[in-house]
Amino acid sequence: MKYAYYPGCSLESSAKEYDLSFRACCQFTGVELIEIPDWICCGASSAHATSHLLSIALPAKALVQTEAMGLHQVIAPCIACLTRLKVAGMEMSKDENLKKDVETVLESSYQGNVKVRNVLDVFLNDVGLDKIKQTVVTPLRGLKVACYYGCLLTRPPHIAQFDDVENPHSMDDLIQAVGAETVDWSFKTDCCGVSMSLAETDVALHMTNKVLEGAKDAGADCVAVACPLCQSNLDLRQKAIGNKFGTFYNLPILYFSQLMGLAFGATTRDVGLDKVIVDPSPVLGAI
Amino acid sequence: MAWRESEVMKVAVKGDNTAFAREIKELCGQDVLTCYQCRKCTMGCPMTFKMKMKVNELMRAIQLGLKEEVLSADTMWWCVSCETCSTRCPQGIEIVDVMDVLREMAYKGDYYIPVESMESFHKVFLRSVKAYGRLYEMGFALDLNLMLKDPLKDADLGPVMLTKGKLKLLPDRVKDLKSVKKIFENVKKLEELGA
Repeated sequence: MKYAYYPGCSLESSAKEYDLSFRACCQFTGVELIEIPDWICCGASSAHATSHLLSIALPAKALVQTEAMGLHQVIAPCIACLTRLKVAGMEMSKDENLKKDVETVLESSYQGNVKVRNVLDVFLNDVGLDKIKQTVVTPLRGLKVACYYGCLLTRPPHIAQFDDVENPHSMDDLIQAVGAETVDWSFKTDCCGVSMSLAETDVALHMTNKVLEGAKDAGADCVAVACPLCQSNLDLRQKAIGNKFGTFYNLPILYFSQLMGLAFGATTRDVGLDKVIVDPSPVLGAI
Repeated sequence: MAWRESEVMKVAVKGDNTAFAREIKELCGQDVLTCYQCRKCTMGCPMTFKMKMKVNELMRAIQLGLKEEVLSADTMWWCVSCETCSTRCPQGIEIVDVMDVLREMAYKGDYYIPVESMESFHKVFLRSVKAYGRLYEMGFALDLNLMLKDPLKDADLGPVMLTKGKLKLLPDRVKDLKSVKKIFENVKKLEELGA
């Protein structure tokens, strides 16, 4: 199983632990990653809020590079990058004129043979739950996890083409496979408001508070995420939320890959557990 | 519910009021004229509480051809592109694509942008991508604070993130910066040709 790897900007700094833990999980399960050399930013929401052509051209560069590496699949762990890469591929396959414009902008051609994959999809469908269960050496027994999917893992369905759009369970399946319990809750796909986090912080706090409250009410010990933007927003702002709304949740926000990695026998350092702001050691102590 | 006179917006429709909706369809393929005001978009939108003009109202205003009101609305600037409305629309309108087109039209038409902070956010973000080929997170946050005239905003988070090794002091620069600049230049050239 060989894939081109597009880490994206967050995984190089604020979400370093996602990069570390994801790579560790890949090693344990036989997923081979080859990082796209000299990849560039996908442009995120700022490109698609400003210029349609730019919003397709920036992520299309990664697709062109994947082809040049002789590979047909690219993994983007960041869900925002993932969506931009998918949209670029899909819009170019539907619109010949757009594809031509993008090729003019990038000054290179694109054959259209690259499939963009999300991380959960790769672990569930390429690696498989059986192999994941076999790889576990330290099952996460007794840990109650609220799996949080956020906006773009399942939405919009024609782009994501993954899982149940309103009540997804793919991450729950993975977390259960490594021995933890997952809770039922209503905020799995609610927006955490991260795009407002820097420019309109109060608005983001209001939205983040709802998600954290939902997880706590469901009896979760921690929240599992698959997106660097959800993670930083939910983790970093808990003190500010406490000051504003009066509830200090103290809820660790972990990447699903950190939990999987620990179950596979990785050390806490291997999965970057020391980089998480809300200390997860009290809830992970027994494991 | 009875409306007070002052709350009612009176609209005089002259000539073909569907031209604006057709312009939007031309640009993004989404036919706003099929909206029948079920309001699922507004009900599911996590940002409704901030919007003066709600999503369903924006759809109606487009149908009526109220271009000026729509392009100076706050709706698309509060939109976080979470895709809930697009997912739930019974008419299959990709409402987020409509929001993108409206943002682009408002930028290019030099309309006043009611949520100034979000305009700054996008500008500063793309400046970083253009300069380094990647987002320089710390530089981006500092630049944005300066633009928002709030230089010490989130100052408490910086040290926490630095000690956790979550922020890089220096930007990650891609090797082939020339080709990044070229992308921005070529996009501009093509868009000017199109306009």
